[in-house]
Amino acid sequence: MRGEQTVAIKGVQDGLLVTISPTEEWSVLTTELSAKIDQQASFYSGARVTLDAGERPVPKDQLMGLKALLERRGIILWAVSTESQTTIDAAIALDLRTSNVTAQPSARAETYDDGVASTFSNVDEDGTTGIMIRRTLRSGRIVRSQGHVVVFGDVNPGAEIIAGGDVIVWGRLSGNVHAGANGDENAVVCALDMIPTQLRIAGHITTSPDEKRRKPRPETAFIRDHRIVVDQWK
Amino acid sequence: MGAKVVTVTSGKGGVGKTTTTANLGVALARMDKKVVVIDADIGLRNLDVVMGLENRIVYDLVDVIEGRCKLRQAMIKHKQFPELYLIPAAQTRDKSAVSPSDMIQLTDQLRNEFDFILIDSPAGIERGFRNAVAAADEVLIVTNPEVSAVRDADRIIGLLEAENKGPGQLILNRVKSDMVKKGEMLSADDVTDILAIRLIGIVPEDEGVIPASNSGNPVTLNENSRAGAAFRDIARRLMGENIPLVPVEENGGFLKRLSRLFAGSSNGS
Ligand SMILES: Nc1ncnc2c1ncn2[C@@H]1O[C@H](COP(=O)(O)OP(=O)(O)OP(=O)(O)O)[C@@H](O)[C@H]1O
Ligand SMILES: [Mg+2]
Repeated sequence: MRGEQTVAIKGVQDGLLVTISPTEEWSVLTTELSAKIDQQASFYSGARVTLDAGERPVPKDQLMGLKALLERRGIILWAVSTESQTTIDAAIALDLRTSNVTAQPSARAETYDDGVASTFSNVDEDGTTGIMIRRTLRSGRIVRSQGHVVVFGDVNPGAEIIAGGDVIVWGRLSGNVHAGANGDENAVVCALDMIPTQLRIAGHITTSPDEKRRKPRPETAFIRDHRIVVDQWK
Repeated sequence: MGAKVVTVTSGKGGVGKTTTTANLGVALARMDKKVVVIDADIGLRNLDVVMGLENRIVYDLVDVIEGRCKLRQAMIKHKQFPELYLIPAAQTRDKSAVSPSDMIQLTDQLRNEFDFILIDSPAGIERGFRNAVAAADEVLIVTNPEVSAVRDADRIIGLLEAENKGPGQLILNRVKSDMVKKGEMLSADDVTDILAIRLIGIVPEDEGVIPASNSGNPVTLNENSRAGAAFRDIARRLMGENIPLVPVEENGGFLKRLSRLFAGSSNGS
């Protein structure tokens, strides 16, 4: 057991926030971080990360090593939040974004949470943790949640949702979606207009038929007899 | 007074950012606006060529930022319009020579003297893009009626929204109306249906564009060019005039479609 975590990974609005201990030895941090990511490799792959280095001075070679470590796991380091000038200089040299204010991930994460936050743990029903996104997800945007995902807006081609639970799109779903990403075959995907590029539920996969667009209608996708079927959303 | 800083960007390369910047600059200057156009495509400058000012370059954007010259010395006056200036890009390969805050400082020095500051962006979503949009009051996103270009435009709009610069306004360039009619090319409606942002102009494919750019006389100087007329209309819209977009039905995106969907279902047809 450990009093204080040396590395913490948290889902925030625009990706992942990795917070590192200000004092722990660098090699311990990187080992721990790799181990944490590798436990859920496919879940993290493709994410973009903000590093919260706090007061810790991270010289350029260390930051470069960390960036490479993440890249090997398909994760992009794009921003660094720090109070240390050394770290700012290193980040600038690597063309990363910087902010020298202390990060306030909880404030920025108004609508995006990885679904396991403690604030959700005492709501009435089991399995209703999730996140709500009140805007259109545009190309290149990736949303991950261990819980459900609700989007009030469209999911455009090139955008992607990966959810441990259900995915509900109150709009047009034309991007990629994976519900039940941890293997839950009871997960469903609903959309007011269902034309996903690729739709997955647990281990099953389907694409939209190429036919010319018909009149949009609300539909729901679920697994029946080991395959994905799409039916009217009632 | 206070200039409006307008950045022209796209995501995908080669869709017509530089052509648009040059033509809007000239069109605005023709309507007696005081205009500076800035080439922020460091390392690949060509706005100077399209504007016919290549042979007058002495200093460039990076020289200004690094203090090798005064801002005024890097501003090249246009041959025909005395209140149109170009600040050319550097040919250096070091893109980190410019930062977003440099761009903000630079435009702040110009804001009091001009009506419009137009910034031409490099392709891509890297630092050059961030430099180009840092100072923007308004962003114009250029795209072509092609799936890949629209996809990149969507990406850019998402990034702009994340920077609180969004959503921007759309210019659809190189539209071939005969192909649209035959259903072989995305229509303006198809594009705005996905991007759901305001369309500020539709520019047709026009054979006159390339020779005009090659000779350094942007096509909008030619009264008979259809693309030129489209750029003039965009310039007027930027000035706040209400010029209707000719054939395109206004398309409201997500919320309008929602209401259409519900209207449809309550009819029960
Ligand atoms: N409406 C048009 N009709 C015909 N040709 C056009 C039109 N618009 C642009 N072009 C041509 O397309 C080419 C690319 O245009 P331009 O250089 O303006 O693109 P860009 O977006 O600035 O490219 P880059 O990303 O490389 O900076 C040029 O040869 C230009 O003359
Ligand atoms: Mg260009």
